[in-house]
Order: sequence, then structure tokens, then C-alpha cells
Amino acid sequence: MMITLTYYLLVSAGLFSIGLYIILSKKNAIQILIGIELMLNAAILNLIAFGKFDQLKNSGQTFALFTIVLAAASTAVALAIVLNVYRRYRTIDPGKVNQLKD
Amino acid sequence: MLVTVMFYIMAAIVLGSALYVAASKNLVRSVFMFFVTLFALAGLYVLCLADFVAVTQVVVYVGGILVLILFAFMLSGREALEGLQQHNNRLLSVNNLPALLLASLFFIVLANIFIKAHVEDAGWLKQAVASHNVITPQTITINNLGVNLMTNYLLPFEVISILLLMALVGAAHLSRKEETA
Repeated sequence: MMITLTYYLLVSAGLFSIGLYIILSKKNAIQILIGIELMLNAAILNLIAFGKFDQLKNSGQTFALFTIVLAAASTAVALAIVLNVYRRYRTIDPGKVNQLKD
Repeated sequence: MLVTVMFYIMAAIVLGSALYVAASKNLVRSVFMFFVTLFALAGLYVLCLADFVAVTQVVVYVGGILVLILFAFMLSGREALEGLQQHNNRLLSVNNLPALLLASLFFIVLANIFIKAHVEDAGWLKQAVASHNVITPQTITINNLGVNLMTNYLLPFEVISILLLMALVGAAHLSRKEETA
């Protein structure tokens, strides 16, 4: 039995849903960030699975690389914000951070 | 045949460790299981014949992002973490029921779409197969990837690099200790 494109898509659908569950249910900003990373990885898996069918221009793999870089940038900014929020509120529960300025 | 077995092993590791990240009460353990998920995903990329992206995944995600997450994790105080651990964070509890319901319904919708779409029969995929535009295990992708990055995709490459620079400067500015204000 051959592994076709649908199998990869199903794995990425499962990964995306798990990421969605983590984002909705966790009470810790860092765990929510991990959920976002899981969803991004599901998207990258889709890009690469389709990128197999483009040998000349390599569009899927190139944009998967761009997405990895974007994920790194967003993580750096998000963690800096998390550290700032912790310094100010002494908690990283997003439900308890309820003021824009103090 | 070997590819099939490897695919099932990798997919099981990816989904199992991701579920463990979602279900675990211990925060540090869930971060380390996320590490396992990323490694198994790199294995899936290799099975898709994207070896360079797999290596980049290991270098950037495991070497960079995960260390960053651990760093923030250790810096954000013990008392906050202990307070969080007492929360009822199991997979099946009344608090998490809406999230579980939404995520599983979302999965059902996505899986239905993917199964009914028959993506293998898409026009451009058949055209690619007919014109031998498919990556085979014998092709060397890295040369082509480098040339494409500097010709066809030069504009997105530059835009992404400027964006990364801006994000890193912003992150350094945000995480600096404030002396004046």
C-alpha cells in the first residue's frame, strides 16, 4: 500500500486540531505558544507534502523554509512579551492580565 | 514497504507526543514532549523527500525556538508554575469540554474535506506527474533550492529577512530592563 498525499493531510489535520485544543484549554501563555507552534507545523507539513510535486521551482519547500523563519520571529517577540507581562503582573495566565496600562 | 512502515511510526510519534503535550499536567514534561514532536515531524519531512527543510527544522526549531521557550519558562518564576500545576488540567474535565468539543469537531470537518477532496486526482498534480516534475528519491534538491531562493523567490526572501530583523530588534527592545521609564 502506497502512502499518498491524503495520509499526510490527515496527520496535519490531527496536529492542527491538537494545537487548537491546547490554545483553547491551557491557562499558561507559554503553553498557548506551543499550541500555536503545533498549528504552524501542521501548515508546514502540508506545504512540504504538496511541494513534492514541484521539482523545478521548489515552491513548497521554499515557502516551508520561510514559514519556519516566520515562526522563529513570532516566538522571539511573543516570549519577550511574556517576560514583560510576568515582570508586571507576576503571572502568565492570559485570563488574569486584564489591563492595557497600569 | 519500508516507507509505509516508517510513515506510520513517525505519524504515531507525532500525534502521540502532541496529545501528551495537550494532556500532561507537568509543564516541563510537556515542553520536552514538544521536542519529540518536532523531531518526528522532521522525520516526516524526510519521508516527503524534503531533506533540507528537515535539517532546518531541527536546527531552527529544536536548537532555537525550543531553547528560547525553555529560557522564558525558567525565567517566569517558580511560584507561578506551581500555582498553575494545581489546576485541573486533565484532557477530560468539565472546564476543557468546550475546547475538546471544538477541536474534535474541527478535526472531523478537516478530515472529511481531505478524504472527500481526493487530492491525488487534482489537475496540476496529474500534470506534474505526467511531465516528470515530481521529486524522486534520486533527485538532489538542495542545488535547485538554492538557485530558486536567489532567483524566483528573491523578493519574498528579502522581505522575510527584513521582517526577521525587525522582529528581533523589537524582541530585544521589549525584553530590555527599563531604566528611564
